[in-house]
Amino acid sequence: MLRPFTLHRPETAEEACALLVELGEDAAVYAGGTELLLLMKLGMLRPRHLVDVKRIPGFSTISLDEGARLTIGAAVTHRTVEQSALVRARCPLVGTVARHVANVRVRNVGTVGGNLAFADPHSDLATLFLTFDASVELQSPHGRRELPLDDFVLGPWETARTSNEVVASVKLTPWPGETHAAYAKFGVHERPTLAIAAMLRLAPGRSGHDGDRVAEARIAIGCVNPRPMRIAGAEARLTGAPVADLESAAREASDIAAAGVDPADDLYGSADYKREMVSVFVRRALLVAAARARGTEPVARFPHAVVA
Amino acid sequence: MPWSREGDPVTLHVVVNGRARELEAAPHALLLDVLRDGLELKGAKRSCDTQVCGACTVLVDGLAVSACTYLAIEAEGRSVLTVEGLADGESLHPLQRAFVEAGAVQCGFCTSGMLLTARAMLAENAQPTREDVLHYLRGSLCRCTGYRKIVDAILTAAEPAR
Repeated sequence: MLRPFTLHRPETAEEACALLVELGEDAAVYAGGTELLLLMKLGMLRPRHLVDVKRIPGFSTISLDEGARLTIGAAVTHRTVEQSALVRARCPLVGTVARHVANVRVRNVGTVGGNLAFADPHSDLATLFLTFDASVELQSPHGRRELPLDDFVLGPWETARTSNEVVASVKLTPWPGETHAAYAKFGVHERPTLAIAAMLRLAPGRSGHDGDRVAEARIAIGCVNPRPMRIAGAEARLTGAPVADLESAAREASDIAAAGVDPADDLYGSADYKREMVSVFVRRALLVAAARARGTEPVARFPHAVVA
Repeated sequence: MPWSREGDPVTLHVVVNGRARELEAAPHALLLDVLRDGLELKGAKRSCDTQVCGACTVLVDGLAVSACTYLAIEAEGRSVLTVEGLADGESLHPLQRAFVEAGAVQCGFCTSGMLLTARAMLAENAQPTREDVLHYLRGSLCRCTGYRKIVDAILTAAEPAR
């Protein structure tokens, strides 16, 4: 049962911000409600006003901006991302991962902007989006600003969004050149215990016959730290490694990643266990990405895990 | 101008199980409560109340949603299907018949959600593989059957389309 509230349905982003200014702490931004309504049912949030942003033009569309960045409107559902031809063309892993967010009912209703704005640490999108150098676009009464996703997510359920702002979109920079990637998540609860996004960009080796090498690696880890993070040391270890034989580089990179996280003991597992699983799944994700780079799709079935 | 003021009911125009209805609902009313208490449609169940289990699944314009965490006002102008609308009069829906024949029902608490989720899936994908069914049923929990007979039933119901 929910407490009564007044519902507002602004037609423009400016109108939405004006409402947030006027209503202050009494208002909550509402889109799909898959996060917000849960907290309202528990009484953890008690907004007197909901500001529904789903009718604002552009909030429900996926497009390319002038810099060819993939721009996903805040009120776009996970299901729309999953089914978007534009997403599949520009950032295919984003479409694949969207297919594995929560369950089909949440994907039909829950939105990309809501997911990022709630900043639940056990979530897929922020982790994955870090490998696309994502920026969050925020609308305030004074105009729009863009924040790198890494600066937007401050901690568990905490973002840099002020109470006068609404998330308008998230912008992803498609990976350049020839890239191969994998996303792995592991967990026994509804939300993941651990999420890994791994991308390998390839370049031809120095001589004609020593095969492709890793020109750039991106590894993002989510759910085990207060906020998702890239692991620069692990990424650096992979640079220059031959993609045909990534085993030893992947093993070292996964050890660096495990040393670079700071997990806590909780219902999802002990800190030691999570650290061990970081090592295991970074290595697995890298080896899946490397296999894809060689043109094969490995059989990657692990208990309680999804590999996308 | 607020769309609706605190507590004041609004009139919703919703097609429920094929029949156009006018429903009075406050903006904070959940679709599950409007269906169960307002319309006496008790097929959708409140169980986890957190979108994890699937017992409250109904279809809104063909899409599966958790009615426990979905505002009734979102159904304005849309079409809602509950398990009560699945059969054609006295004649069971092919999915229902397949569930009965496969023994896919034990305590029955999850069954309405399973049926509607399967119905949504088959509308998108008339020829699912076992893997497709398992993927789509993620988040639809059954504590009795072990799922095998539910999946068998859904694949059997899909067979005429294969």
